[in-house]
Amino acid sequence: MIPPRAAGWFGLGALILGFGFLYAPIVLLVLYSFNASRLVTVWAGFSTRWYGALLHDEAFGAAALTSLEVAAMAATVSLVLGSCAGFSMARFARFPGRLVFGFALLAPLVVPEVILGLSLLLLFVACESWFGGPSRGMLTITVAHATFGACFVSVLVRAQLTGFDRALEEAALDLGARPWTVLMRITLPGIRPALVSGWLLAFTLSLDDLVIASFVTGPSATTLPMAVFSSVRLGVSPEVNALATLFLCVVFLPVAFAGWLMARAERRRQLTQQVRGE
Amino acid sequence: MALLEIAGVSKRFGATTAVDDVTLRLERGAFFGLLGPSGCGKTTLLRMIAGFESPDSGRIVIDGVDAAGLPPYARPVNMMFQSYALFPHMDVAGNIAFGLRQERMDRRRIAARVAEMLALVQMPGYARRRPHELSGGQRQRVALARALAKMPKLLLLDEPLAALDRKLRAETRLELVGIQERVGITFLVVTHDQEEALSMASCIAVMDRGRLVQTGPPAEIYERPASRFVANFVGEVNLFEGELTAGFNCLALAVTGFPEPIPLPSGTQLPKGGAAALVVRPEKLVLSHAPPAGFAIAATVSSVGYLGGGSIVHLATEQQKALKAYLPGTAAGAFGRGTRVWVAWPAEDGVILMQ
Amino acid sequence: MTGLGRLGRLVLIGVPFFWLALFFLLPLLIVGKVSLAESTIGIPPYTPLIAHDGRGLKLLATAANFALIASDDLYLRAYLGSLGNAALATALCLIIGYPVAYAIARCQTGRRQLLLFLVMLPFWTSFLIRVYAWIAILEPNGLVNQALTSLGLIAAPLPLLNNQFSVELGLVYSYLPFMILPLYGSLSNLDRSLIEAAADLGARPLRVFLGVTLPLTLPGIAAGSLLVLIPAIGEFVIPDLLGGPDTLMIGKVLWDEFFNNRDWPVAAAVAVVLVAALAVPLLAAQRFLERGHAR
Repeated sequence: MIPPRAAGWFGLGALILGFGFLYAPIVLLVLYSFNASRLVTVWAGFSTRWYGALLHDEAFGAAALTSLEVAAMAATVSLVLGSCAGFSMARFARFPGRLVFGFALLAPLVVPEVILGLSLLLLFVACESWFGGPSRGMLTITVAHATFGACFVSVLVRAQLTGFDRALEEAALDLGARPWTVLMRITLPGIRPALVSGWLLAFTLSLDDLVIASFVTGPSATTLPMAVFSSVRLGVSPEVNALATLFLCVVFLPVAFAGWLMARAERRRQLTQQVRGE
Repeated sequence: MALLEIAGVSKRFGATTAVDDVTLRLERGAFFGLLGPSGCGKTTLLRMIAGFESPDSGRIVIDGVDAAGLPPYARPVNMMFQSYALFPHMDVAGNIAFGLRQERMDRRRIAARVAEMLALVQMPGYARRRPHELSGGQRQRVALARALAKMPKLLLLDEPLAALDRKLRAETRLELVGIQERVGITFLVVTHDQEEALSMASCIAVMDRGRLVQTGPPAEIYERPASRFVANFVGEVNLFEGELTAGFNCLALAVTGFPEPIPLPSGTQLPKGGAAALVVRPEKLVLSHAPPAGFAIAATVSSVGYLGGGSIVHLATEQQKALKAYLPGTAAGAFGRGTRVWVAWPAEDGVILMQ
Repeated sequence: MTGLGRLGRLVLIGVPFFWLALFFLLPLLIVGKVSLAESTIGIPPYTPLIAHDGRGLKLLATAANFALIASDDLYLRAYLGSLGNAALATALCLIIGYPVAYAIARCQTGRRQLLLFLVMLPFWTSFLIRVYAWIAILEPNGLVNQALTSLGLIAAPLPLLNNQFSVELGLVYSYLPFMILPLYGSLSNLDRSLIEAAADLGARPLRVFLGVTLPLTLPGIAAGSLLVLIPAIGEFVIPDLLGGPDTLMIGKVLWDEFFNNRDWPVAAAVAVVLVAALAVPLLAAQRFLERGHAR
């Protein structure tokens, strides 16, 4: 066994280096968003001018709105599809096509985004030439995001269903509830954490996606990552620093708050257990 | 008409037969115990009555209605689960009211019934609590209240006391019997704890490896076991294997190595020469320093275990056979380790078992 | 689930199945089909598979695209380059991620949750922006060079950007959480008493690690490696933002073929070869995850 004290220092060092590596660029972005100078090299004093520039930038504003709309719609569709899929995989042990279904649920999680994007674009183009199909834009981006979002949701739902106490469902049946009622009133509330985190995950992934959106979009729709990407290809852009910081706040604060709530609930639960002497 | 009739029910899971041709009758208002070791099929039988499994063969008739094909929510049977299975996202009142809401009872009646149930299990005022805020014993009461709320014709209890600590178990046993008498509902308790079954039930069925081996009131199960399995499973036992032979004025059991055959209860009508077993409960044995009149076995005390109200005395006969005697109070004080004693018992207290 | 009914089952399975068949499986088939076509002017910029040429239906499939890929060593170098970069990144993630996961697993439960949360948190912020952040750090006028110059350690700025180094750094940075989480999963399930038993039987710390800990965390290592390797092979953003002219990764090649050269059939062929190459680790990943569920 590694002697406890040495292990302690080693562990601490690993944690500091690891988390330092993960967070250093983020911290720097935040710092430089307040740099009055455009250049990274020169610190010209504290300033919020880049935030002002960002908020007045119409292109970014429109892109942000588009991204939020798409993300909300895609996340909701993902939730419905993914929950059905996760439930099916967890509860129905055998059905025709289960192998293919399982593959189709897992493959999008690991297949490179360029392939997902290319394949979907080819589908939409084919649709256009066969049916005069839907013109590419927000709808196609939403469909694309909903597809891979559903796969993520199905993993979460399936995992939580596997650990779900079936006795609760049996008790409900025993007490006179029909299977549909059991599903709605017992099972779904029971897997609520998976449903909530599934929606949030699908939302985040949609908001963050660059490659797939670039492939399947049309002339009218620009998402936020696409706007950032074209801005950033030209080099460091201080407006993007400001955007990054805003992004962090928007994402970090609610997530941190949720985490704090959960930790508090956990501590309260432990206290009640202690009080009861368990 | 009996409340529950099980006729020739069998259930297989793959290659294992969990329940093997079980036939049983439950009378209305009884407190019935289904007793057996783990894996004997009692839980499977319970689940078939509740409707979670369907029998491969045989019939289950509940209050005159054949339950075949009836889903759990359509049966007049409710179950108290071993893990309690309280709905974590509802409070106590919500849990108890759940079954009533499925019946579309109006809200005021539901509230009244919930209050009635809470009073019955002695937990008034706990209506708004959540399951995770309750102790194990409290959760058990809520589970019981929830299962009773619908006033089912039959209440199934799956190892109701298994998760409680010893002291609580003893108290809850009495309470359960009291509640059953008050509400008048037929209870069917499944348990592996023979003490529980003996003390709570008015009629017990013992199961072993899927088969029903003996049914009857607790005293009969204990005093007159029908097989070696029942004798061994319920309570402690001294078992002698031997051959039936003639004794002084009665039938006797000739056991290899023992100088004299052991006298059997008078009136035993069995053919000589057959193999049989004699069962004697430890509390029937009488120990003495001097050889008593009548039949006795010489033995040495190998250990004494004090239990509080009495002692279990382990003995070894000259033939290296182990015997157990139960002496009340502090009577075992006279027999320390290594003491040579004579072991005897009234012949009428033995039970003879054929193969 | 007792009796959700045939219809219920059909809907629950059928709806997502239909969606995925339409928007995942079918598109892949179309990619295959387009890879057999020729590039043309028009919309869509590729020839159809089956055409009417006056006398009947004719199959217009050509393997020219695949021949092109096979003959031009640009593609081969890109595939190998991707594989090499991804493999190196996977190894680095493992080397960095294992001690971090180990350290987290040894913490008390409350702190563990917090640390895991902190590992995942960067994931919740924009991937693109985090990669972009490295530009500011690595560029010739960037933070690192600035710091080193001002400390007098170097005379001229180090080329830290637009090369192999920055791409690897970007890959490791982005995919590290995907390695840490499965590793943590395996490590936290490790039965402490096994390690204690090994130590009690006389094994030194290194032996305990190599002989007990490592083999028992192999599932986590495998899962994390697959979660990093497969997506990293096809990564586009990192090589585009952080890579240089000699950075050849297949994701970027695919993008360039498609958007810059406008040669859809070749892009499709590149994709087909990539999927075929990934099929083996993909199937392994699926079998692995299925086994995990079939416990």
